[in-house]
Amino acid sequence: MTLTPPLAPPAAPTPAPTTATRTGRGNPSLPKPWIGWAFLAPNLLGVLAFTLIPLLSVVGLSFTSWNLVSGLEGIEFVGLQNFLDLAVDPGFWNAALRTVVYAGISVPLTVLGGLGLALLLNGDVPGRAVLRVIFFLPYIVTVVAIGMVWLMILNPSAGLVNQTLAAFGLQDVPGWFASSHWALPALILIAIWSGVGYASMIYLSALSDAPTQLYEAAEVDGAGAWTRFRTITWPSLMPTTVFLLVTLFIGASQGFGLIALITAGGPGDATTVVSYYMYQNGFQFYRFGYAAAIGMATFVGVLALTVLTWRAQRGRTLHD
Amino acid sequence: MTETTLDAPRRSAASSAVPATTDAADRARQRRRRRRTRRWAVGVPLWILAIAFLAPFAWMLSTSFKNELDAYAVPMEWIPSPAELSNYTTVLFGEDSILPAFANSVFVALLRVAGELVTATMAGYAFARFTFKGRDKVFLLYLATAIIPAQLLLVPRFIYFQQLGLYDTLWALILPGMFTVLGTFLMRQFFVAQPSEFAEAARMDGASEWRIFTRIYVPLASPVMAALGILAFVWSWNDYETPLVLISSPEMYTLPLSLTSFTNEQGALSPGLAMAASVVTIVPVLVVFLLLQRRFVQALTHTGIK
Repeated sequence: MTLTPPLAPPAAPTPAPTTATRTGRGNPSLPKPWIGWAFLAPNLLGVLAFTLIPLLSVVGLSFTSWNLVSGLEGIEFVGLQNFLDLAVDPGFWNAALRTVVYAGISVPLTVLGGLGLALLLNGDVPGRAVLRVIFFLPYIVTVVAIGMVWLMILNPSAGLVNQTLAAFGLQDVPGWFASSHWALPALILIAIWSGVGYASMIYLSALSDAPTQLYEAAEVDGAGAWTRFRTITWPSLMPTTVFLLVTLFIGASQGFGLIALITAGGPGDATTVVSYYMYQNGFQFYRFGYAAAIGMATFVGVLALTVLTWRAQRGRTLHD
Repeated sequence: MTETTLDAPRRSAASSAVPATTDAADRARQRRRRRRTRRWAVGVPLWILAIAFLAPFAWMLSTSFKNELDAYAVPMEWIPSPAELSNYTTVLFGEDSILPAFANSVFVALLRVAGELVTATMAGYAFARFTFKGRDKVFLLYLATAIIPAQLLLVPRFIYFQQLGLYDTLWALILPGMFTVLGTFLMRQFFVAQPSEFAEAARMDGASEWRIFTRIYVPLASPVMAALGILAFVWSWNDYETPLVLISSPEMYTLPLSLTSFTNEQGALSPGLAMAASVVTIVPVLVVFLLLQRRFVQALTHTGIK
């Protein structure tokens, strides 16, 4: 990954290339290789500086013990100690379990809901364009506004949701964020509400390149709506489904904004998922080495899940 | 955009059936009626769901015009009378005005969008239209980086910016956003699909590579660049986790951070003020989205699949 020789020349005299390409050896219409590097350089240098180097340092950091106060000299190499600690840390395993529950429920429901919405919105529905915008709206709103409004409408005594439930005669209304039983389900509810519109948008774009000839052939064969869905639509949407599952799983396992904002991991530790556990260890306890190890462990976990998802769908897509 | 509806084949079958007899005409009419019923049978529940979906936003708007006492009144009053404007004046012009945060958000978003557009367009062009040694290796590296979640990078970026003296400055938010892998992919996708004849002809005429890029390919790419710009703007505008970690002084707050500061005497969030501030935050993105919806969706669907 050494880039030194190709990156140096961009400062070279600019009038040269035109004459060089005309009189140069080989194909005159082929630009010099350094020009490609020159176009790439601004982005590549930035990606190296702000993404790749931090990425390598998070790997390095996970093998160290360091807190902010001791300064850079205070970094101490501890080998696998962080990972060994992690393996026996009940706080981490509980958080991991909560993440599995949170993502395992919210992601499939978001994808299914998105698929359902997309199939309905793809058909002939009054006000279709407006409906698409409405369902997509949460995606363009900052998580802070979403968090605050849900915190208020899920207020256990006076919030809109419990008022509505009470109006329907429900006696024992949920305590939502005030209850350690209901806090995680409330977060799942918000995740689905904010994600289905996005999922349906992605599905709708995939549906617009649906294989029309296959539907016509199926029609001729007398296949019903369900058979057509199962044998044509579902397999042809498989790449989209996998894409959504993977990106939403990564998002659900890494995002902590909503939790930091609404519950701070509570009540108790009812909503401390791994991403929030990492945030706590890093930015509240300043245990950066340990936080880096948590981040690494979850990412490897999600990556493994991604590979499994991808392998599970192999051979189930539509080949044409 | 061509829409292929699921029942399109059925419809074409119906119209091609020549109604030779009145019997067939009857059947066609019946089928049309059935389709109309189905249109509403799907439409009505879907609209009810959409209204329920909108309820949080309606509540937000309604509460932003209410005083502290009425916010949780039972039963809920959807259209507050009289509408209280004081929340908006407090939020905009009061002691803890969100206008400085608004300005910070605009500054961050504009620089991020401009930087990303320049670097991503150039890099995407390089990947798509030049062949050079090492290109495919770098591209593979980019591919590998694309699946790394931003949250994993927060810890090292925090330390990094602290060492560079950029912690708690807007540059900590701007710089990483100016050089993105995702934007590069999007632009590469576009340039790969462009014909190379223009470039070859221009090269024969002695045009420099930079001139070919700026005069021929950038104008061609402007719709895609617009799409990428909108996407980058919305992501920058809404980002909460990055400033939460990299910003500490209130003067440096962007809007999402400043939204959380509206508390009442008891230290609890004040509903009216928080919702008014939320509305002010949402409106610019909403306007951009509604005006340029098609492009936005296009970009979004092209970042991952296809």
